[in-house]
Amino acid sequence: MATTEIPARSQAAAPARAPRKRGKSDLATALVFITPAVVGFIVFYLVPTIRGLYLSFTNYNLFGSPVWIGLTNYIKIVQDKLFWNAMAVTGEYVVLNIAFQTVFALGLALLMYHVAKSTIVRGVLLLPYLVANVIVALLWFWMLDYQIGIVNQVIEWLGLPRVAFFGSGTWAIPTIAFINVWRHMGYTALLLFAGLQAIPRNVYEVAALDGAGAWKTFWKITMPLLRPVMVLVLVVTVIGSFQIFDTVAVTTNGGPVNASRVIQLYIYQKAFTEQDFGYASALSVILFAILGVVAFLQMKFLRGNESELG
Amino acid sequence: MKKPLATAAALAAVALSLSACGGGTPASSAGEINYWLWDANQLPAYQQCATDFHAANPELTVKITQRGWDDYWSTLTNSFVAGTAPDVFTDHLSKFPDFVARHQLLPLDDAVKNDKIDTKQFIPGLADLWVGQDGKRYGLPKDWDTVGLFYNKSMTKAAGLSDAHMAQLSWNPDDGGTYEKAIAHLTVDKNGKRGDEAGFDKTKVAVYGLGLAGSGSGQGQTEWSFLTGTTGWTHTDKNPWGSKYNYDDPKFQKTIAWWASLADKGYMPRLETTVGASVADTFGAGKAAINTNGDWMIGQYSGYKGVQVGIAPTPTGVDGKRSSMFNGLADSISAATKNPAGATKWVEYLASPQCQDVVAGKAVVFPAIKSSSELAAKAFAAKGTDVSAFTQQVKDGTTFLFPITDNAAKIDAIMKPAMDAVVSGKAPASSLTDANSQVNALFAK
Repeated sequence: MATTEIPARSQAAAPARAPRKRGKSDLATALVFITPAVVGFIVFYLVPTIRGLYLSFTNYNLFGSPVWIGLTNYIKIVQDKLFWNAMAVTGEYVVLNIAFQTVFALGLALLMYHVAKSTIVRGVLLLPYLVANVIVALLWFWMLDYQIGIVNQVIEWLGLPRVAFFGSGTWAIPTIAFINVWRHMGYTALLLFAGLQAIPRNVYEVAALDGAGAWKTFWKITMPLLRPVMVLVLVVTVIGSFQIFDTVAVTTNGGPVNASRVIQLYIYQKAFTEQDFGYASALSVILFAILGVVAFLQMKFLRGNESELG
Repeated sequence: MKKPLATAAALAAVALSLSACGGGTPASSAGEINYWLWDANQLPAYQQCATDFHAANPELTVKITQRGWDDYWSTLTNSFVAGTAPDVFTDHLSKFPDFVARHQLLPLDDAVKNDKIDTKQFIPGLADLWVGQDGKRYGLPKDWDTVGLFYNKSMTKAAGLSDAHMAQLSWNPDDGGTYEKAIAHLTVDKNGKRGDEAGFDKTKVAVYGLGLAGSGSGQGQTEWSFLTGTTGWTHTDKNPWGSKYNYDDPKFQKTIAWWASLADKGYMPRLETTVGASVADTFGAGKAAINTNGDWMIGQYSGYKGVQVGIAPTPTGVDGKRSSMFNGLADSISAATKNPAGATKWVEYLASPQCQDVVAGKAVVFPAIKSSSELAAKAFAAKGTDVSAFTQQVKDGTTFLFPITDNAAKIDAIMKPAMDAVVSGKAPASSLTDANSQVNALFAK
């Protein structure tokens, strides 16, 4: 990072001294800096995406070569009950995950901004995010175990019936959503906290002079001015949320029955367990399209690229 | 001389991996052999074999990698694609047809012929399981297993059930026979009332009569196949290489309905409570009196502190006889191995009395070779475990073979959720008819 920053700065300073030198030499330098990212983008994103798009029109079982079958995979997907089930399950997860995560994160961000000013406390909020996904999943898997988990032990002491957090069709998705809320809310709060810090203090001072209460200030000042950051956070977390995989793979593996078979897990199982790569690619393309539309709608309706400060 | 040889070997390896099929004589057998297995309990035994093998063949070193069952198969499949597959690996009957269909295994016929491997030294039937539909042999048997009842002796004693009684249980799908009576009697609620007593509270069970591992997917090896096997039902139209499954048979559905009813009665945990801790650990924690499980679990069950374990054969069933699935593992060679000669040597060693006697001595599983298997029974006896419940089924000929067909992974993807739904009470057993047509449609292509 340090090595890229220093020449970048000297370049930025160069035009001020010799404005005529702009043009070709800048392009060459720019290419030098852009090339690594472009190569990475082409090798790891563009090529696999195009290949995936191609494979989605084929029958490909990993061994042997892909056979072109046109739209057959897509037609099968439309009729595939498990696909629609996966979409519904993923939808339920995203709604629960994003709703709770965003509300908790906003609450935490406000606390960080107004109350918890110590770096240590702010750092602690980030701790769950620093633990690997799989470890977090395993940790909660054991703590929430029906037979020997500590949470169920406590529930029993309280005189309540034990809950099959991962085994029951009703609880599996909310449980998994909760685990990821717990893991991600500190990080999301940090992003929102940065957004809060970017709001000019004088706006609050004026609001206070005009006699606006805390509640009114929050809705009339904080929320509108936080919107660009909030939109960014929502776009990023919603896309991440749709891609839920590891927690499910480590705990329920899609069960009970199909209650937690989220779309990414379904794609994985089609590709790597059943070796139906063509079908799995078609599912991925559909997920890609859905995420594209979701991000577009969010940007459009939440006007993420405009700011009230503007 | 060395360089051209190495080049030839490399070329042969490239040719092998490109054509992805067997054959070809390698130039050299020196080097490292990668060997994979999934059972951690067996690792020490095979490590010993690897050490002995290296002593006899100093130019070959065997590197063993152990991975849990759940990760084993997806890692293996991906390694075939990525070209990082092990040279030799422990293979399962439900998996090898898919590998054969994709030309991932090296046929062993030449090795068996040239090195005069006596396939009759194995327990009858085991060696032939590994012959594919193309008539070629893709594995040499390493062990076999049957199913039995593990029970908590202090619980049966408290319930007044003698070991002799436990060994004489009988079952039928109508009222469950003395098998269900024993399960009911061994179930105890929080107030100390037994499952067959008035006032038994099935919502507050302290000890379940029968533990539950899972729904058993399409095979039910340790869960229900020892029951369906007595009703005259078979998984497929023929075995091996059937092309039609029979999950629509009323005999099968009735058995599953009876089994699932145990959870309703409070004699067996509900399926949703079994996600997480393993059935054996729950048994070890004193939460179940009987577990149905395979002989490879003997070590695990006898290892729980303070739990005295008895082993009984599975109950006699509708036909008046016992029944157990007879499954065997084998070692297969990956078609992409860079050292077919060395890999073949190692597989032959694994299938030899030298190695299988070592495995027998560790008393963890029953090796495939008859004489080694008898040694294992003695080794178990020396440890104080009576394994006749498992060996008796083989002696009496009451075993049936693990169903071997194509499409195993896809069948599992259909049958696991379908069986889960029935066992958890979300769908009636008759819903399996629909699952069966989905399964059979796989073979219509």
